[in-house]
Amino acid sequence: MAQVTMIVNGKAASGTVEGRTLLSSFLRETLDLTGTHVGCDTSQCGACVVHVDGVAVKSCTMLAAEADGADVATIEGQAAPDGTLNTIQQAFQDHHGLQCGFCTPGMVMTTAALLKDNPKPSEQEIRVHLEGNICRCTGYHNIIKAIYAASGQDVAALGAD
Amino acid sequence: MPKDGEIKSGIGASSKRREDVRFLTGNGNYTDDINIRGQAYVFFLRSDIAHGTLNSVDTSAAAAMPGVVQIFTGADFEAVGGIPCGWLVTDKHGEPMQEPKHPVLAHGKVRHVGEPIAAVVADSLEQARDAAEAIEVDSSELPAVINMKDAFKEGATKVHDDLTSNLCYDWGFVEENKGAVDEAFKNAHHVTTLELVNNRLVANPMEPRVAIGDYARSDEQHTLYTTSQNPHVIRLLMGAFVLGIPEHKLRVISPDVGGGFGTKIFHYQEEAFCTFAAKACNRPVKWTSSRSEAFMSDAHGRDHVTTIQLALDKDNNFTALRTDTLANMGAYLSTFASSVPTWLHGTLMAGNYKTPLIYVNVKAMFTNTVPVDAYRGAGRPEATYQIERVIDMAARELGADPVALRRQNYVTEFPYATPVAVEYDTGDYHATMDKLEEIGDFTGFEARRKESEAKGKWRGLGINNYIEACGIAPSNLVGQLGARAGLYDAATVRVNATGSISVMVGAHSHGQGHETAFPQVVADMIGIDESQIDIVHGDTSKIPFGMGTYGSRSLAVCGSAMVRATEKIIAKAKKIAAHLLEASDTDIELKDGMFSVAGTDKSVAWGDVTLAAYVPHNYPLEEIEPGLEETAFYDPSNFTYPAGAYACEVEVDPDTGKVTIERFSAADDFGNVINPMIVSGQVHGGIAQGVGQALLEGCSYDEESGQLLTGSYMDYAMPRADDLPFYSVDHSCQTPCTHNPLGVKGCGEAGAIGSPPSVVNAVIDALHSGGKEVAHIDMPLTPDRVWNAINNA
Repeated sequence: MAQVTMIVNGKAASGTVEGRTLLSSFLRETLDLTGTHVGCDTSQCGACVVHVDGVAVKSCTMLAAEADGADVATIEGQAAPDGTLNTIQQAFQDHHGLQCGFCTPGMVMTTAALLKDNPKPSEQEIRVHLEGNICRCTGYHNIIKAIYAASGQDVAALGAD
Repeated sequence: MPKDGEIKSGIGASSKRREDVRFLTGNGNYTDDINIRGQAYVFFLRSDIAHGTLNSVDTSAAAAMPGVVQIFTGADFEAVGGIPCGWLVTDKHGEPMQEPKHPVLAHGKVRHVGEPIAAVVADSLEQARDAAEAIEVDSSELPAVINMKDAFKEGATKVHDDLTSNLCYDWGFVEENKGAVDEAFKNAHHVTTLELVNNRLVANPMEPRVAIGDYARSDEQHTLYTTSQNPHVIRLLMGAFVLGIPEHKLRVISPDVGGGFGTKIFHYQEEAFCTFAAKACNRPVKWTSSRSEAFMSDAHGRDHVTTIQLALDKDNNFTALRTDTLANMGAYLSTFASSVPTWLHGTLMAGNYKTPLIYVNVKAMFTNTVPVDAYRGAGRPEATYQIERVIDMAARELGADPVALRRQNYVTEFPYATPVAVEYDTGDYHATMDKLEEIGDFTGFEARRKESEAKGKWRGLGINNYIEACGIAPSNLVGQLGARAGLYDAATVRVNATGSISVMVGAHSHGQGHETAFPQVVADMIGIDESQIDIVHGDTSKIPFGMGTYGSRSLAVCGSAMVRATEKIIAKAKKIAAHLLEASDTDIELKDGMFSVAGTDKSVAWGDVTLAAYVPHNYPLEEIEPGLEETAFYDPSNFTYPAGAYACEVEVDPDTGKVTIERFSAADDFGNVINPMIVSGQVHGGIAQGVGQALLEGCSYDEESGQLLTGSYMDYAMPRADDLPFYSVDHSCQTPCTHNPLGVKGCGEAGAIGSPPSVVNAVIDALHSGGKEVAHIDMPLTPDRVWNAINNA
């Protein structure tokens, strides 16, 4: 067992973990940050994406011990303190970019990483960037629109109803 | 008809979803997010062989491992019932189906990879998993029967020793018509025959299943938290048939559920186990499925092998249709498994067409595979795929235009009684095809084909119609057909003193947006703001006895119950208003949340009436009770029949066999639409699953060993964003359902039902445009299969 300490959503967090404890388990079980979801066990689905030191990471594929000393951002830290949705979250609601909501935290965190690196992505760039995030509900149609809108581009230009 | 977005609130408005806020901020409450103080964790040791005799299961070493609370094996469950099947199918000779016992934990034999053998309950999941590795299972492997044709052969290995064979039932429908159908084939001008496979799929909602059992000795109360589409169904099946717990001592809670698609309808062993073990261990017991477990324990879908024949006269009128299907049940009968290839499939074999004579034969087979049950569409995609593929093939054989051939044979007069025992109440198939030709820009297709050819690609256009039976289901009818439950639904409308409303519904929302759409209906009826109304669902201790969400039934059945309950509320509120206004209740009108006396300026607001109901100082107590709360149960008098026309345009790369979807268009008739935004989203998601079936997804087993070859997202190809295009969807063709109060038909399954045939039809069309006379390719149309078809043509 090892003690880990990290910054999570701007606050210091610590706990005792086994060597095999995954970051996703540490966030969900130890810190009770259950917004990060686990949808598979092969690093394919992306429901567990968080940011570690500013980089999008599948938290089911990183040991909690590896995140010792890191700055971690999760879905719980994305809205303003008063609950106001951030631009990406608001775009997902405006464009019906979620249904059951299970993949959504990963989608939002992946989008944030995309827009940081590529503020005005094309439709195709968005689709390719979502390669590691599976949604079973939306058929991606409205997710693409939401991300395009969140980037400040005119959704009408996509030619999608 | 108003355009999308013109209506700002109530019925017809694209109200933004209120549930999104919690999902977008990480505040959803999914079952795995629930932790109960003192809970233990269970890990299931599952069979790694497809078929074998369990000689012994030695748990002694495992029991001594750190943290282990208790270990259970099949012997611990001998006294409880098996997992029940909810539908008794009677075969063509009038005999009941063969129905093997489905144990909670395997006992004596294992019959599929993934079947649970033992369950370790420990203080932590890691300890449970470690201990499970120390269990010694001594088993003798037996030959596995995987392929249905093998299972059907004389002398085949039997999945169940106590059954006479692997045949669950041999169903004929409508058996009395068989002779006339055969005769029509003899007299046909042309017969088209197609053998096809409807590929086995895994539903894969993104949230894996979870179950938490809890038990309070003080009041003998069991609670099960579970990822279910229908908590009352689970309470009924598990309480009455498996564990013998009376309803008043069993509470089932399904909180936020991360997608269902059918596979979360069924009652599973893990639910019964956690409920049982919580009492036995006197601790809450939690199970969270991994995705790997999900692949080998969630019920799979589809898996039919079919020969379909269509007979036509010299004028290309359809004269008869017959189909022979082998349907895979897997190793045991899941909750609704038996009904899917029969009543949910055979009754739809008329499709959108006036084919006068139809005969359907289905042989349901046991195999050493995971049980197969309903998956989005459930029987109706299998029917649609056959009909729409064989029509396309007939059109090609006859040199007929595939649109014209369909149009010529449409049902055009309603109500229409099909030869397969259902009556379509309403529809307009020409209208949806007209709309499809418009949104799919059929006239521009040839130009696009030439553009593709210039790039060295072959372009194809595929179309199809579909019809489905939704709004499941009239209880008296399904009871005659073998259903072991009623299929009504229920709603309680509780008006609070200050006028806000809680609506407790039997339907369950796991992505469909009920929390937004249902209030739109009540708001519209009363004339108050949607924000004044909340929906409560997913907890048997809070909601009336409803049957949950599947079969595109929520709005058509539970929504109708909600309308009926709201009508009772309004009738009572009018009496209260009449008292307050000193008028007759027959003169009271309700508009925009105000009760007024017809022809006068006297009025009283909704909130004043509701307050009077709960503070009955000035109130007709001798005539009506105080309070304002009403319940209604609604049992539909017929199914609903959503229908539509879909078109897919593909490009095929002849060098690699890769198929790219270039356009996808869907013109649906869902009757009236409450929230167009949500309806479009449902169609998008359904199309993605249908395209997934057509191009990507296929669950496969090794036929020798019975090992599951597609056991993770590394092997099972889920559709991803770059596999799919934007979809053009339209639901402006609306022929309202004639028999429910909202005139709604249901939209949840349409996309998955309607899309596979058009994808396959498009690929076949593309291959023909490239000069390859390929008649058929079985799904999924992977580059490998398409390339081989091209190169072997």
